[in-house]
Amino acid sequence: MSILVIAEHDNASLKGATLNTVTAAQSIGGDIDVLVAGAGCGAAAEAAAKISGVNKVLVADNAAYGHQLAENVAPLIAEIGKAYTHILAPATTTGKNIMPRAAALLDVQPISDIISVESADTFKRPVYAGNVIATVQSADVTKVITVRGTAFDAAAGEGGSAAVEAVDTAHDSGVSSFVGEELAKSDRPELTAAKVVISGGRGMQNGENFEMLYKIADKLGAAVGASRAAVDAGFVPNDMQVGQTGKIVAPELYIAVGISGAIQHLAGMKDSKVIVAINKDEEAPIFQVADYGLVADLFEAVPELDGKL
Amino acid sequence: MKVLVAVKRVVDYNVKVRPKADGSDVDIANVKMSINPFCEIAVEEAVRLKEKGVASEIVVVSMGPKQCQEQIRTALALGADRGIHVETDAELQPLAVAKCLNALVAKESPELVIMGKQSIDGDNNQTGQMLGALSGLPQGTFASEVNVADGKVAVTREVDGGLQTVSLSLPAIVTTDLRLNEPRYAKLPDIMKAKRKPVENVSPEDLGVDVAPRTKTLKVEPPAQRQAGIKVSDVSELVEKLKNEAKVI
Repeated sequence: MSILVIAEHDNASLKGATLNTVTAAQSIGGDIDVLVAGAGCGAAAEAAAKISGVNKVLVADNAAYGHQLAENVAPLIAEIGKAYTHILAPATTTGKNIMPRAAALLDVQPISDIISVESADTFKRPVYAGNVIATVQSADVTKVITVRGTAFDAAAGEGGSAAVEAVDTAHDSGVSSFVGEELAKSDRPELTAAKVVISGGRGMQNGENFEMLYKIADKLGAAVGASRAAVDAGFVPNDMQVGQTGKIVAPELYIAVGISGAIQHLAGMKDSKVIVAINKDEEAPIFQVADYGLVADLFEAVPELDGKL
Repeated sequence: MKVLVAVKRVVDYNVKVRPKADGSDVDIANVKMSINPFCEIAVEEAVRLKEKGVASEIVVVSMGPKQCQEQIRTALALGADRGIHVETDAELQPLAVAKCLNALVAKESPELVIMGKQSIDGDNNQTGQMLGALSGLPQGTFASEVNVADGKVAVTREVDGGLQTVSLSLPAIVTTDLRLNEPRYAKLPDIMKAKRKPVENVSPEDLGVDVAPRTKTLKVEPPAQRQAGIKVSDVSELVEKLKNEAKVI
């Protein structure tokens, strides 16, 4: 078996999700190559070469790949990937955008968001917002897969010394272009990688009140998340959303503040090791998954918690 | 400008689905079915484009058994002009749906295809991107804003780091995220009117598509259940438990 892992990166550095995807590749078994497609992405390629267990790093360094436009990167993945038995990418917004497009070019039905490897052709994945786990077997020659990062440990980012090889083919479809981006800037850890996450819901009432959560986050080294209700209400930006269609998190500690616990939210956080819920409604479904529930007015409990940490 | 909108019939988002006792499939006998929420947003976006004078005709397509007519009629009541039902009782996987849509794109030549980013049953998030590959059209996935001007569509996308805007030449494919719009409710007169709007019936065979599944579901099971926790009486007890019992802070 031979596996191609698509690296997630911002040209300058490798994103952590790549390491979890390498671990998923290792549990399939076989030679693992990593493709780094980008523009001026030498540093990311060097980082990929250091991942423990990687055989070879392929670098496609071209302006057309700079912003990970699916129209350009998918044909590259299809072209290189057809020599492999498996093509894996993290189930991030980048991976979800590109991989199905690459799969269709190969006439393959992809498998999204796997949480375990049962064998080389059989995988488990959540469906119905995580209320059901399906075991799925692929009959396609090439398996095209996205990997849920929280379900696999990170491979060691150091210790490897893979050969780095340049790939010359350039695909520029000319039908799409990058216009701009507004990326959240924060000194706090990334939501999907944080050991502690504190999230606010509709109960927070407005964006200013999230300040209370930021203060606690800074004391705990935590990332701050939100429920869909809080994002829809405009309290906080979309990149903070935890849930079925937002980010999937599984930290050591998840603190849900003023979140009722719709199944779509639970889908994004119920694999956390310890869950704390603070909500004034004792019937809130979030208490059914919480290890420690505190029925209280968050506007009293949260400042008190801040004071006691 | 003609807009093609794809809608999927799924278990209503309020229904909590469970596996059957034998683990062969999910138990969806007699549960409420609806338009997939993301597809409803796609219909709404198309209707708004028509209200703005950008779109001239909205064609709604759904695939699956006879009952998908209900979802097509709902979309027609919301403002779509006519429907296409790709009728089959076969299991349709995203690749097969993308192939059928690709055949319809070739036939109808829409300037814009709008569809949901994922369905809340399979949670695959694949079909729009695969249609992009098969048709060669550009894709704006996970859209939170769509602006059509000068033969192009600017799509603002919800990505992990925040928001990204791309410009796509038309024709193009857009998949919707939650915050693109808030769908309206159909009014009774519109529901009555929708009954008279035309719906064409075709089969995957008519479209020349082999829908044979590529993956097989071997088993479905409930996820690992969490142990029921405890209620703490106050913040002091919570902090004490987190420090000394759970040892997470």
